[in-house]
Amino acid sequence: MENAAAPFITTTQHDDHLVVAMSGELTVRDVTAINAELAQVTLDHPVRLDLSGVSRLDTAIAWAIASLRKRLEDAGQTLDISGAATGTESLLRSVTEAMPEPTEIETPKLSITDRVANIGKDVFGAIKFVLALIGYFGLFLAKLLRSIRYPKEFRLTALVHHCEEVGLKAVPIVALMSFLIGVVLAFQGSTQLKQFGAEVFVVDLIAISILRELGILLTSIIVAGRTASAFTAAIGSMKMREEIDAMQSLGLDPGSILFVPRILALVIMLPILGLVANVMGLLGGGLMAWADLGISPAMFLTRLVNGTYISHLVIGMIKAPVFALIIGVVGCHAGMQVKSNAESLGRMTSSAVVTAIFAVIFADAAFSIFFAQLGL
Amino acid sequence: MTKPDSIDTRDVVISIRGLKNQFGSQVVHDNLDLDIYRGEIVGVVGGSGTGKSVLLRTIAGLNRPKEGTVDVLGVDVQNADQDTMAEAGSNWGVMFQDGALFSSLTVRENVEVPMRTIDGLDADIRRQLADLKISMVGLPYFAGDKYPSELSGGMRKRAGLARALALDPQIVFLDEPTAGLDPIGASDFDQLILGLSRSLGLTVFLVTHDLDTLHAICDRIAVLAEKRVLVTGTMHEMLSVDHPWVHDYFHGPRARAALDTKNATPHQTETDA
Repeated sequence: MENAAAPFITTTQHDDHLVVAMSGELTVRDVTAINAELAQVTLDHPVRLDLSGVSRLDTAIAWAIASLRKRLEDAGQTLDISGAATGTESLLRSVTEAMPEPTEIETPKLSITDRVANIGKDVFGAIKFVLALIGYFGLFLAKLLRSIRYPKEFRLTALVHHCEEVGLKAVPIVALMSFLIGVVLAFQGSTQLKQFGAEVFVVDLIAISILRELGILLTSIIVAGRTASAFTAAIGSMKMREEIDAMQSLGLDPGSILFVPRILALVIMLPILGLVANVMGLLGGGLMAWADLGISPAMFLTRLVNGTYISHLVIGMIKAPVFALIIGVVGCHAGMQVKSNAESLGRMTSSAVVTAIFAVIFADAAFSIFFAQLGL
Repeated sequence: MTKPDSIDTRDVVISIRGLKNQFGSQVVHDNLDLDIYRGEIVGVVGGSGTGKSVLLRTIAGLNRPKEGTVDVLGVDVQNADQDTMAEAGSNWGVMFQDGALFSSLTVRENVEVPMRTIDGLDADIRRQLADLKISMVGLPYFAGDKYPSELSGGMRKRAGLARALALDPQIVFLDEPTAGLDPIGASDFDQLILGLSRSLGLTVFLVTHDLDTLHAICDRIAVLAEKRVLVTGTMHEMLSVDHPWVHDYFHGPRARAALDTKNATPHQTETDA
C-alpha cells in the first residue's frame, strides 16, 4: 500500500509490520499533514519508523511521533525508530518524556437551577456594588469630618492640585460645549416658535433648559468622562504597583490621602464649572437669537431677568454637588477594584465612566421627579 | 581577547561588528565586537548600566544601534526588510525579565501566539503543541489554563520561556533568567535551560548577574566593560583575567561561594561539541 498523499512521508505494509518513512526537512509547518498521515496508521501491527532521510526535525514533528508511539503502546504495539540522527534522538527522547498528561476538567453543564442561581448572583452582585459605593461615600464623609477635627492631616496642596486638574483644566471644553448647546437650542427653538409667531419665547426656552437641566447635566457628563476615568486610572495604577499597600504599611490612610482631596475637589469645582456652563450657554443662545431672530442683547436680558424665576438656577445648582459626589465616589471605588494585571485597569476605567454617566443621569431623573412633586 | 582555538572552527550564529549604541549624549557601547557559536550557552555579565540588556535588545532587533552591524543567522538585523525579519523572527525567541506574557491571555494562549503565524496549522494540534511546550519547561498541565497574574514569578518565567521556544528557534535570548527566583528555583531553571539547550540544540544568549548560573551552565562568558566586550572565555579563564572589575567580580566573596558549590557538586557540562 503506497500512499502518495504527502511527498515527505510514505507508509509501506510489510508482512507483520508497517514501515513509515519520512524524509526532508520537517518542521511545524508540516505537522498538520504529518499528523493526519500518522493518524491513519493502523494500530494492529508493530510500526517501524525510518528517519534516515530526515535532515531536520523539530519538536512539533517529534510531538506527532511521540503521540503515535503513545497510541501504539496503548494498543499493545511498539514503535521502533531507526535512522535518527543524534540530535533528533535526544529531541525525541525529551519530547516523549515531556508529553503532557491531559487532566481534562469537565466543565459542568448549566442546569435550570444553576441559571436561576446565576441570575440571583448577578442581582446580589449589583446590590453589593451599590452598597460598596455607599460605603465609599461614608468613608469619604468620615475622613472629611476627621480632617475637620485634625486640620493638620488635611492635604491642602493635593486639594488645590486636584482642583486645578478637574476644574480649571476642564473650563475650555465645558465652556465650548455649553456655548454650542446654547446655539443649537436657540436655532432649533426659533424655527419651531416662528411658526406661532412666538419668537420671543426662545429666551425662556434657552434660559430654563440651560439653567435648570442642560448646563449642569452636560457638564457632569463631560466631567464624568474626563475625571472619573482619571481617578480610576491614577488610583488603579497605584494599586497595580502595590503603592496602596505600601501606603498602608507606612501607616498612611489611602482614604484620606487619595479619596478626600479628589472627591472634595470635584464637589468644589463642579458647581463652578456648572456656572461657567450656564453663562456660556446663555451667551451662545443670546448670540444666536440676536443673529437669527433679531432679538437684541438688551431685549434678551430684560426677558431673561423678568421671565425666568431664580428657582431654575437654584434647582440646577443644587444638583451639582450631588453629581460631583457620584462621579468622585464611582471613580475612586473603581480604582480600588483594579487587580494586578493591565487588562483590569482598562476594564475598570471604562466601567467607571459608564457607571458614573449612568448614575448622574439616573440622579438627574430622580431630581426632576422630586422637584415636580414639590411643584417647583 | 582570549579564545580557545578549537571553537574558532565552529559555526558562527551571531556576529557583531563595530557596534555603537548611544542614548542622547551617553555612549553605552562603542566599537563592540562579539561572536556567538552554534549550540553554546553564553552568559553576558557586566556592572549595572553597562548595557547588557541593551546589547540583548539590539541583537534581537528591538533596538536600533547608532553604528555597526549585527548579523544573526545570516540576517543583517538592522537593514533587513519587514518580510525577512518576520521570517527570521521565528529563528530566535526572547524571554523577557518577568516573562512579558500577555496578561489578557491564558498561558496556553500565550504560547500559541507565535504559532498562529503559521499557515495551515490545525487549531487542535496547535493547542497540543502548546501543552507540550508548557510541559517541556516543567510547568504542570493545569498551568496552561491559568492567566499570568495567577502564577508565581518563577512559573511566569517558565511560561515566558515556553513562549520563546514555541517555534523551535535556533537561538534564545534570556534576560536575567534567574533574577527574583529563590535559590532552588534558580538552580532548577538553570538545569532546565541546560537540558533544553542540549536536547534541542539551542544556542542560548543570556544576560545575568547570577554567578551560580555562570558556573553551572555557561560554556562561555562575555564581560561587558569599558563600552565593549572586554573579554570572553570560560569561567576558568575568567579567574585569571587581570582587569580590576573582572578580578573583583570573579574573586569576590559571592563568586568564591559559587565556585565552592560548583566544585563540591560538579555538573556535567560539555565544553566542546
